[in-house]
Amino acid sequence: MAVDTLTDPAVRLRGVQRRFGDHVVLDGLDLDIAPGEFVGLLGRSGSGKTTLLRLLAGLGDQTTGEIHTGSEVAVVFQDPRLFPWRTALENVALGLRGADPLDRARAALGEVGLAGREGAWPRELSGGQRQRVALARALVREPDLLLLDEPFSALDALTRISAQRLVNELWERHRPAVLLVTHDVEESLLLADRTLVLEHGRIAYDERFAAARPRRREDPALVARRKELLELLGVDQA
Amino acid sequence: MSSTPGITVPAGTLGTSRRRLLRRPGRPALTRWATPLALLALWQLLSATGVLAEHTLASPTTIATTTWDLIDDGTLPQALWVSLRRALLGLLLGSAVAVAAATVSGLSRTGEALVDPTLQMIRTIPLFGLVPLFILWFGIGELPKILLVALGVVIPLYLNLHAAFRAIDPELTEVATTLKLTRAERWRHLIVPTVLPGALVGFRQSLGIAWLSLIVGEQIAADAGLGYMINNARDFLQTDVIVVGLLAYAVLGLVTDAIVRVAERRALRYREKPGRA
Repeated sequence: MAVDTLTDPAVRLRGVQRRFGDHVVLDGLDLDIAPGEFVGLLGRSGSGKTTLLRLLAGLGDQTTGEIHTGSEVAVVFQDPRLFPWRTALENVALGLRGADPLDRARAALGEVGLAGREGAWPRELSGGQRQRVALARALVREPDLLLLDEPFSALDALTRISAQRLVNELWERHRPAVLLVTHDVEESLLLADRTLVLEHGRIAYDERFAAARPRRREDPALVARRKELLELLGVDQA
Repeated sequence: MSSTPGITVPAGTLGTSRRRLLRRPGRPALTRWATPLALLALWQLLSATGVLAEHTLASPTTIATTTWDLIDDGTLPQALWVSLRRALLGLLLGSAVAVAAATVSGLSRTGEALVDPTLQMIRTIPLFGLVPLFILWFGIGELPKILLVALGVVIPLYLNLHAAFRAIDPELTEVATTLKLTRAERWRHLIVPTVLPGALVGFRQSLGIAWLSLIVGEQIAADAGLGYMINNARDFLQTDVIVVGLLAYAVLGLVTDAIVRVAERRALRYREKPGRA
């Protein structure tokens, strides 16, 4: 089998289709994501972006087409989805293979700024802290592909900013390929190097935006791109 | 509860006393004990003055001495052990059946269709109405007593477990999939912890029914155990021994319930509010 890049892509989809009854959610979708590439995925609700993420996470059934992902895929969902009866550390180490899982989990918690909270139950942590535990749980697996399903949308505005910063830092350090599903155009432009817009089950927009990091919301290039994308998404900007 | 005790679970009976305790935490212990102590004193007074005849109800002091004598000559420990053994064997058997049935019906639709309707039907049969049949089938030995306890245990435990299996969070199941948890890890980290609270609630209800079933079961021509001790005492009008037997049942019930409550608190400590430890 011929591979057109030097290394295997983190994601390679060809003609992927998913339907719920008569409703076609993904309609012959093609997508490549290179290793280490940070991709933002935008789209109105019902555009199929969550369906796409779920099938990459191995949670989609009855999908037709060719689907290839890296061997290690990790997911952070909109809600932290921690096991309430396991401590922060145990949640991160859950199902972790290889040597010294607890030590690696401890290091991952440290990286997301939760050193010292290893023994805390999820309910003792704030919403932002819980989402960071979920991030540590994903990172500790050293994924080639990190799937983020609107991971900041349940956080308050200030917590969201620091969580976005953290994701940016972690991506720069570990360089997994990332697919960030979001409905926040600005968030995608702040974090991702390439932004996709999904419409009617197809990719309607696919452009790079590779400004230097860390990016600022006020950056004129970002503001201009944001306007363009919002128009594309049909948001009326009065 | 004036109706015939069936297998139906008296829901909430175990929880109320604790809730009441929580509602008024600062109440001085002395006030709480005042009424029972006054009643005890009145009882002693009525016995001493002969208003309350010995063959109607023995005096508190007589009961205390009798308790000591029955412990001293080994009668009470022996009877306790026999009854406890029946209860434990019944509990073990009933729990095993309930866990097996709930697992089958909790993990697949087919399993549920096979198991659940039958158990829901059995649930409607009044438990103690089965005693005559049990005597016909299993005689008057240990077996009918243990089986009566077991049957009483199965239903509340099964019902609670069945509901608990339904509560397994599909979102956490997805997490388990993305974390590539093995079957054993799913059981250990997801299924067992989800089911545990319901299992413990069911087990506490089962315990209550188990002691009730035991008391009824021990009325069947027993030749050992607390029931035998009480029946014997009735024949000789020994009201003090009867009361000691009843107290022994009560103590067994309280102690076993306390043990499960401690286990419950330990197993569910992740639910406690921060800082309440």
